[in-house]
Amino acid sequence: MRQITFVEALNQALQEEMRRDPLVFIAGEDVGKMGGLFKVTQNLFDEFGPERVLDTPISEAAIAGLGVGGALVGTRPVIEFQFLDFVMIAMDQIVNHAAKLRYMTGGMVSVPLVARAPVSGGIGLGAQHSQSLEAWFAHVPGMKVVMPACPSDAKGLLKSAIRDDNPVLFLEHRRLYGQIGEVPEGDYLVPLGRAEVKRVGTDVTVVATGRTVPLSLAAAGKLAQEAIEIEVIDLRTLKPFDLETVLESVRKTSRAVVVNDGWRTCGYAAEIVASIQEECFYDLDTPVQRVCGGDTPMPVAAVLERAAMVSEDNVVASCRTVMSV
Amino acid sequence: MQANQVEESEVSPLECFRQMCLIRAFESEILVLNQQGLINGTAHLYIGMEAIAVGACAAMAECDFLTSTHRGHGHCIARGLDPRRMMAEILGRADGYCHGKGGSMHIADITKGVLGADGIVGGGIPIAVGAAYGLRMKKKSSVVFSFFGEGASNQGSFHEALNLSAIHRLPVVFICENNQWALSASFLETTAGGSVAKRAAAYGISAEDVDGNDVEAVFTAVARATTRARAGLGPSLVECQSYRWEGHSVFTRHEIRPQEEVELWKQRDPIERYRRKLLESRTSAAENLQKIEAEVRTDIAEAVEFAKNSSPPDGRSAFEDIFA
Repeated sequence: MRQITFVEALNQALQEEMRRDPLVFIAGEDVGKMGGLFKVTQNLFDEFGPERVLDTPISEAAIAGLGVGGALVGTRPVIEFQFLDFVMIAMDQIVNHAAKLRYMTGGMVSVPLVARAPVSGGIGLGAQHSQSLEAWFAHVPGMKVVMPACPSDAKGLLKSAIRDDNPVLFLEHRRLYGQIGEVPEGDYLVPLGRAEVKRVGTDVTVVATGRTVPLSLAAAGKLAQEAIEIEVIDLRTLKPFDLETVLESVRKTSRAVVVNDGWRTCGYAAEIVASIQEECFYDLDTPVQRVCGGDTPMPVAAVLERAAMVSEDNVVASCRTVMSV
Repeated sequence: MQANQVEESEVSPLECFRQMCLIRAFESEILVLNQQGLINGTAHLYIGMEAIAVGACAAMAECDFLTSTHRGHGHCIARGLDPRRMMAEILGRADGYCHGKGGSMHIADITKGVLGADGIVGGGIPIAVGAAYGLRMKKKSSVVFSFFGEGASNQGSFHEALNLSAIHRLPVVFICENNQWALSASFLETTAGGSVAKRAAAYGISAEDVDGNDVEAVFTAVARATTRARAGLGPSLVECQSYRWEGHSVFTRHEIRPQEEVELWKQRDPIERYRRKLLESRTSAAENLQKIEAEVRTDIAEAVEFAKNSSPPDGRSAFEDIFA
């Protein structure tokens, strides 16, 4: 199988879906002639032209409105927010409109909109270009939230998101963009709403999302040397999330650690922890642990940024904690 | 752009009169139903502004779309939605357009091109632009009409949407319903420059400022804008000067507007003005107009009856229609 980068996998998904369906179009800042700040839309402008790969003004609310309105009349827009932080300019369109129009109209309309955005920190861009806001959107009824952790899922999930009839926030961790992996060619789809066990283990279930998946796999490799066998679950879709796969694993291991890049307080990990204890409290040997981003705006200096973000060592430490009780 | 066959719209005076009366009677009935405690929530009434929706929608073709506002009943009626199902929606009944989930502020009918009323001031404007973009991509010759109030022209979404529509010469007609007041803030107190129409010039968008209580003046301006849009000449803006007779919503008890101002505008009643015009120009005899008014009363009585007889939705349906 061909080895390509995470960015190339996303690009392939977009290209294939645009070839398959002439109603798929892309809109965002610098997505056209430049091919996107992170090159996700590279070469698509040349193949599909300016109408289907639309360079927009710096107008996030209008970009989102373009997506919502386009979706309402039956096209399939894929809009890009250059950084997830910028979505705040467009929150009204995403939360008040995209997520609610189907419901408010009693099921009369659907909004097949994909909003892609790079998420989280790790490249020194500071407090307004590094936020992990997935919990905000997972909180909103009517939104789906997807976050791939490897190139093959990046491709398969993006293709599924484009074919989904609901608004999907598609989050891409910048630190994963360069990651290389095997990606099936052709029409490869990964269904939304299904987690994947990325490593089988018997002692601790680690539930991870996005960048924290490879980080948890690395932690699991380290812990294996201490004869601690970690099972790593990649949620892949954060909303609606695959609770069954999580519970099945926790019932087997009796210990769980939930890892997420977002802030700890009221964060995404809290939802998973709460669901685990609600459903299988008596299967647990120890309290469920959270490993989350620090409750701080993202600082810029490398040493500070590292301190604020989830690390492999945090995951290792948390797994040791649940094993020591 | 390849133009599909679209019939030139022309205004039918008696149909305009009928629609304005229907909106007036519908909204007046809402006041009564609200006093009877039959409405769970609120409603923003269109009384006094009927000429805008009716004049503008008369310029629309079947293939056209519109986005509406929180004050949206008039647009829906003028676009031919069924007053019975609208009334059922406002009363929270299963036969309502949104099965009770939307209420007064979210009535929609995609089959008639009504993309939805909207509870967020300025929220529908970028959606209209997106719809126009999508429809052009689908090779439709549709025009999208975006209704909004003067207050929305101070939202960022208005400016972002006008700019985006202009650079792509999208087939959008922006229709500003300037009813002079937000809830308690007057237009001139809140709007630098004192004109929404003039703001369009900054985006190279042609604009007209018309008497929004003159149904034919609204029709003429909007029809002109629609022709331009359909010909690929891009968006236009029509600012319609009017006034709401009632409070901001049926909730609003405290009235800050000067009573003399309200009375002055009531003397410019768009329906009475049009009645006089039709009679003076001998377009219609008085008894024809009275007949229309009687028919409208029957329509509204039927709508109320239909709504009251419609069941409330099943409580479990609160958890349906969240995802497609």
